[in-house]
Amino acid sequence: MLIARVVGPLVATQKHKKFEGAKLLLVQPIDERNEPHGPVLLAVDTVGAGVHEKVLLVLDGKAAGDAMLKKGAPVDAAVVGIIDHVEGV
Amino acid sequence: MQVARVIGAVVATRKDPALHGLKLLVLQPLDREQNAVGRPLVAADSTGAGTGELVFFVRGREAAFPFYPAEPPVDAAIVGIVDPRPLEAGL
Repeated sequence: MLIARVVGPLVATQKHKKFEGAKLLLVQPIDERNEPHGPVLLAVDTVGAGVHEKVLLVLDGKAAGDAMLKKGAPVDAAVVGIIDHVEGV
Repeated sequence: MQVARVIGAVVATRKDPALHGLKLLVLQPLDREQNAVGRPLVAADSTGAGTGELVFFVRGREAAFPFYPAEPPVDAAIVGIVDPRPLEAGL
């Protein structure tokens, strides 16, 4: 998993049916100094994260589908936790 | 699988219910000289590892296997703690 910062929601009216009811968030992975690292990614949100929150991002198709409680969803990333803080880094 | 150093822990109150009870640790992957290589990542712990320890971890869907029959949405898991080398091996 990666630590990321929520950039904002993404709205798409026309999408695969497995996305119906799903909330999509643009997220920016960050490094241990809270600096952006790599491209912005699109993830399904299953925990109700808000803009600017620090979140736990899982990058695996099966795991992301499990988090959505949908089998066979065409997804590869999901926000699965909202981070209170990181100890020791 | 890759070798990494545990450098911290993630605390998250609101999270996927399947993640409750899992320890989430921040790992820094290492090269053959144990220098940091690549960016840190977060992994679920199945071994009882702690900060500062040398561990190995697995990526991908197999990362959920140590927690069977639960299927937590994780993509990396610590699956072993590397034994300290004997002193005569010169670290």
